[in-house]
Amino acid sequence: MDSEATPVHADLTLVVNGREHRLNVDTRASLLDVLREDIGLTGSKKGCDHGQCGACTVLIEGRRANACLALAVAHDGAEVVTVEGLADGERLSPVQEAFIENDAFQCGYCTPGQLCSATGMLDEVDQGWPSAVTADVSTEPVLDDDEIRERMSGNLCRCGAYVGIVAAVRAGARSREAAEA
Amino acid sequence: MRPFTYERATSAEDALNRHDGDAYYLGGGTNLVDLMRLGVETPARIVDVAHLPYDQVQLNPDGGVLIGAAVTNSALAADRTVREGHPMLAQAVLAGASGQIRNMATVGGNLLQRTRCSYFQDIAKPCNKRDPGSGCPAIEGEHHNLAILGHSQACVATHPSDMAVALAALDALVHIRGRAGARVVPIEDFYRLPDDAPERDTVLDPGDLITAVEVPLLGMPSRYRKVRERASFAFALVSIAASLDVVGGLVRDVRLALGGVAHRPWRARRAEEALRGAPATPDAFRAAADAELAEAEPLRDNAYKVPLARNLIVQTLTELEETS
Ligand SMILES: Cc1cc2nc3c(=O)[nH]c(=O)nc-3n(C[C@H](O)[C@H](O)[C@H](O)COP(=O)(O)OP(=O)(O)OC[C@H]3O[C@@H](n4cnc5c(N)ncnc54)[C@H](O)[C@@H]3O)c2cc1C
Ligand code: SF4
Ligand code: FES
Ligand code: FES
Repeated sequence: MDSEATPVHADLTLVVNGREHRLNVDTRASLLDVLREDIGLTGSKKGCDHGQCGACTVLIEGRRANACLALAVAHDGAEVVTVEGLADGERLSPVQEAFIENDAFQCGYCTPGQLCSATGMLDEVDQGWPSAVTADVSTEPVLDDDEIRERMSGNLCRCGAYVGIVAAVRAGARSREAAEA
Repeated sequence: MRPFTYERATSAEDALNRHDGDAYYLGGGTNLVDLMRLGVETPARIVDVAHLPYDQVQLNPDGGVLIGAAVTNSALAADRTVREGHPMLAQAVLAGASGQIRNMATVGGNLLQRTRCSYFQDIAKPCNKRDPGSGCPAIEGEHHNLAILGHSQACVATHPSDMAVALAALDALVHIRGRAGARVVPIEDFYRLPDDAPERDTVLDPGDLITAVEVPLLGMPSRYRKVRERASFAFALVSIAASLDVVGGLVRDVRLALGGVAHRPWRARRAEEALRGAPATPDAFRAAADAELAEAEPLRDNAYKVPLARNLIVQTLTELEETS
């Protein structure tokens, strides 16, 4: 039977939050499991393991992605940022600060994914990427609340902290802009 | 999950050589890894094709675009040429999945994603598509989201891709590399109806590699609309990719394809025929929609899709008429 078949292992190098890790993993392992179990970074959460909730969101090569659907071996050599890597030392990122100030969580389980997703999403907006609610996809999108809700729809929150999350993303976007100006 | 070997292909030739007939190509993994975790797909060998140099959207001399199979869904929707020349394609991609999934998903993988029929995804249940000859419980069971057109006694599943619906309306061509060389297949011939072999979604043979999708110049306004059970991050109940060219109040050219209604993106050729040369009015749009949907054979619990599709056709064409 399948369960008796011999596991296959492969070498894997990942740069996580700026630190290089050399590992040997089961080819079946997801990036999420490697981050949590082999590297010991448990900030990224497992909600559904099927791409449906966003709790496992990390940045791979700067782009937000669901670590639960990523085969770790398929990302050999990649740079990964998890929620543990968003702050600059003790200084929280503008998005992290905004989540605290806007009560954007209750239990906090979805929060690491929300933070990574919002961070990646704001970069997408900076690069002029449209969304499903952008009325004219040939124009530059303007980040209003409808845009925020649509762009964050891959992150579910079972506590229903959505109102705070939208406010936090809005505030985080403004303070990022201020910091860049 | 069954153990598997993982290899990263460096070129199309390399990918074809590594494919032993039973291997699986890997794009972003957002469908394949999910189905492996459910036990629906059980590859022993995975050949990663997401790093092949097919990662560009190129402008063709005829004004169309050639989209590499490894281009991510996000990069396709963000591409300037596509957003300006083929807005319905950008809109269709953006209507699918989530920002995270679109960053991982590739164009090749999107075309080949499998149906979301709940029996197909549950290995404890029979399903002709997953296990040929075992039966189709959806016909008598849970099928509110399944097909109303082109289905068979063997399978009533729908194809889930939003992108493919826009590609069907755009007369896209799928570029394929196989053992026997390269070939180009129009997207309408690429996807199959289930007939008595629902295990085959497409005309691809084992080992065939998709290298690109070619989209000819459109040159008229277009739009993608999707009706679903929640406003975002859900598959289509019914969707439409439409394009309309009106001159002097008459329809000069029109393209219509429906999603969520059949085993493949449904190009509405009858409606298009009824419309060409007809006045661009809601009455004519309704008559065309009815001509297309006269063939519909809804199941016990999905007859709602017929009026839904009709209204979507009429509304979307009316909107396009108003902007053209
Ligand atoms: C939660 C969730 C919600 C979703 N919602 C939507 C939605 O609303 N609309 C929608 O359209 N989609 C939706 N999707 C599906 C998503 O769009 C697909 O999973 C994705 O496009 C597949 O692309 P991939 O590169 O990840 O494919 P993979 O999973 O890597 O591969 C899919 C299949 O394609 C084959 N393959 C990949 N590349 C090639 C190639 N170049 N040549 C030959 N074969 C190849 C693989 O062998 C595999 O069989 C959703 C997915 C999830 C998980
Ligand atoms: S509709 Fe098709 S996919 Fe669904 S159970 Fe029937 S055979 Fe399987
Ligand atoms: S755990 Fe990855 S999306 Fe839910
Ligand atoms: S804060 Fe509890 S799930 Fe979002």
